[in-house]
Amino acid sequence: MEPVLSVRNLGKTFVEGEQECNVFQGLSFDAFPGEILCIMGTSGCGKSTLLRMIAGLETIDTGSISIPGDPGTGPARAAMVFQDDALFPWLNIRDNISYGLMLSRDGVSEEMVSRRVSDLLDLVRLTSFSKYYPYQLSGGMKQRAAVARALAVQPGILLMDEPFSALDPFTRRELQDEILRIRDAASADCHPVAILLVTHNPEEAVYLADRIIVLSDRPAAICGLLEVRLPRPRKISDQEFLQFREDVTGLVIR
Amino acid sequence: MIRNNKQTISKIAKGLAVIILFLMIWEVAAIIINNNYILPRLGDIIWVLVHPLTSVLGGSSLVENAVVSLREVLTGFLCAVAVAVPIGLLIGNSKEVDSYLNPFIQMIRPVPPIAWMPFAIAWFGIGFKSIIFIIFMGAFFPILINTIDGVYGVRNQWTDVARMFRATSFEKIRTVVVPGALPVIWTGLRVAFAVAWMCVVAAEMLPGTSAGLGFMIMYAYNLGQLQVIGAGMVVIGIIGLGADGLFRAGQARFFHWQGRG
Repeated sequence: MEPVLSVRNLGKTFVEGEQECNVFQGLSFDAFPGEILCIMGTSGCGKSTLLRMIAGLETIDTGSISIPGDPGTGPARAAMVFQDDALFPWLNIRDNISYGLMLSRDGVSEEMVSRRVSDLLDLVRLTSFSKYYPYQLSGGMKQRAAVARALAVQPGILLMDEPFSALDPFTRRELQDEILRIRDAASADCHPVAILLVTHNPEEAVYLADRIIVLSDRPAAICGLLEVRLPRPRKISDQEFLQFREDVTGLVIR
Repeated sequence: MIRNNKQTISKIAKGLAVIILFLMIWEVAAIIINNNYILPRLGDIIWVLVHPLTSVLGGSSLVENAVVSLREVLTGFLCAVAVAVPIGLLIGNSKEVDSYLNPFIQMIRPVPPIAWMPFAIAWFGIGFKSIIFIIFMGAFFPILINTIDGVYGVRNQWTDVARMFRATSFEKIRTVVVPGALPVIWTGLRVAFAVAWMCVVAAEMLPGTSAGLGFMIMYAYNLGQLQVIGAGMVVIGIIGLGADGLFRAGQARFFHWQGRG
């Protein structure tokens, strides 16, 4: 299978005061259509920076990030869901979701946009809230709207930077299941989306991921790669699940 | 609901009580002093107010003078909006532009608008254009400063979203920076209008003008008609209050999305 994302020998240096600080050194990995790839590591190891680089929000110093089929213009192939929803408070939910589509200049008709947004509202179960403004929604609903906004441009890669960290445990579980459902729906719709999810939570990683990448401290390199071969739906009380969780935790705090 | 209504009524009653007390003291003082050249009776002021279309002191009526002042204020205010908002957006979006313009702006900002009058007369002559210039100077800075602050307040994550969807710089400003900064800009407009309204009255009081509420007050002063001055001040207050109310209504109407969060 062709990867939707190839990261090769990635390097990034920040200048902090007079000191140069290497965030990554020679980071290489691939992501494949339809997979959920969790990225873990201790705080400050550059996980967020990595996602921002893939989204085109940070420059690349050395190495490369290639997204096959991305012409570099038009709708983005990698769309990001931020830690807090980052919805535009002055737009209602429908207009927030259509934002990326309205920007892309490839002749999408109003009607197409409207139909696509309606489908997405349906997918994230916000149809009856389309005219609401972000301040009128709960945290979980806002985050679902943010996911729909990212999916609107039919990206090959969905980047999620600790998207559930601000939510309560019940909403968090609900949204995790939602992500799995959205991934399956996208695949069934012939637009498989690879999901790169940064998380601090080993349980979340094992619950969602097909593969888990563990990054070391700065300069970050891959210090562990786990394939989570557990049947779905996964149960967090299963012995195997617990074993995976232990393994991941061990890799992160090593 | 009933409780809310009661609270509102009690709040209005308290406000009215102070106004009525003030008017009573005024009227008692006017009766005691008994000199129309020092303190006019309320009845005389009210007479002028309830005849807004009657010629005042052989000149324009109260309404005509108010219209002249309002037209000047709106012209100067809109000119200030047209210049200050784009410059504010430019400064807010570029540290480079900011470092060039900020010292200059900070130097001119504290100068009271009315201090520009001699220059204004030298450049634009006596009358309409000079007054517009003074109003412009008064309204310009509140709008500019609030536009810059508004842009600074736009969250990085919002602009990140625009960049992620590959918005051009212009699209980013149009779809994210301007709407995100607008509530703060609006506050600037509200403050600027109040300043502009004060400027127009002050500017009209200067020699050489021939219409407007400020002129009417000064003219009435020269003729010793203090009840006209009182009426003029009441109209100035009412228009100022009305304009502020419109801005506040606009705020509630356009920026309800600020909600709790």
